[in-house]
Amino acid sequence: MLNASINVAIIMLTIAMGCNLWRLLRGPDVTDRVLALDTLYINAVALLILADTADGKPLFYEAAILIALLGFVGTVAFAKFLLRGDIIE
Amino acid sequence: MFEFVSAILILLGASFALIGSIGLVRFPDIYTRLHGPTKVTTLGLGGLLLGSMFYMFLQGEGVAVRELLIIGFLFLTAPVSAHLVAKAALHRRCQSVCGLPDRDAES
Amino acid sequence: MSSMKRWLPHPDVSAVLLIVWLLLNHTVSIGHLLLGTALGILIPKFTKRFFPEPVFIKRGTVLIRFAATVVWDILVASIAVARLTLDPRSRPAPRFVRVPVSLADDFALTALAGTVSLTPGTVSAQLSADRRHLLVHVLDLDDESALIQDIKQRYEAPIKEIFQC
Repeated sequence: MLNASINVAIIMLTIAMGCNLWRLLRGPDVTDRVLALDTLYINAVALLILADTADGKPLFYEAAILIALLGFVGTVAFAKFLLRGDIIE
Repeated sequence: MFEFVSAILILLGASFALIGSIGLVRFPDIYTRLHGPTKVTTLGLGGLLLGSMFYMFLQGEGVAVRELLIIGFLFLTAPVSAHLVAKAALHRRCQSVCGLPDRDAES
Repeated sequence: MSSMKRWLPHPDVSAVLLIVWLLLNHTVSIGHLLLGTALGILIPKFTKRFFPEPVFIKRGTVLIRFAATVVWDILVASIAVARLTLDPRSRPAPRFVRVPVSLADDFALTALAGTVSLTPGTVSAQLSADRRHLLVHVLDLDDESALIQDIKQRYEAPIKEIFQC
């Protein structure tokens, strides 16, 4: 039963990432794209954790936490760039 | 029984993540679109990670407390990135369905 | 006292660093305990000038009660936003609302803005230059003054009590 639920969850997350990708390509503004990219990162973390759970071994944990960290730093850098036209003040 | 709890948590988490992303597609302007990813998707990921932790624990992999680290980190960073994206959108005067506030308050 | 201040400028940050290090390595062996302690002492020492004023949590019990309220509110808020997203007939009425705040401490302001972003259909968008108003975007607003009252009572008052500012 758990395997079935993990498969359903993976399908749901794939659809979610498709939605994010649509928003990423469609825009209309740069800020929309930044937001879509941020959500895409979070969903990627979720997908990696699910892959771990399916295997029953924590193999992708480091990858998941790296994506979470770098996604946040990337979003902040993009937003800073949009606010000031420069990343380092 | 415990497997059931873990499966429910994973399914609930995944559906919340999906709903957040649907909000990203459905809502009319950038400010309303912010609400889905920041709140719903973050909560969904929290549920998913709790379910995964529970499952790992049942598998006898030991208590996987380090998943808590990702949960804590995401709940700390989600409002910060939402705030910055909203601020950038206001700065660029992105269109809004409800009319923008006047410019004077900007810092 | 002064030597303690020199070696441990932020004892709480050091403790958090040690705990995070142990969690990342998923062990409590002596070697990692020592390495984590060394990192916990060295990192705050070298990054001291980035956060000059230490943050003091003055009321621990209020903090715990506040955290419980916030977790509950996150659940309720997410379900509300999810319902607005899924219901095809929903016509949310988004608005910008200017909420007056009276917190003196930067850290307290950050905590308030973060809490507002995570809870009932609101995202904090901007802090005015004089730090007296928080611009908040509300997804579905029906009563502006009730919302301001709610934020002030539910979140600002406990934060004020926790940091005593």
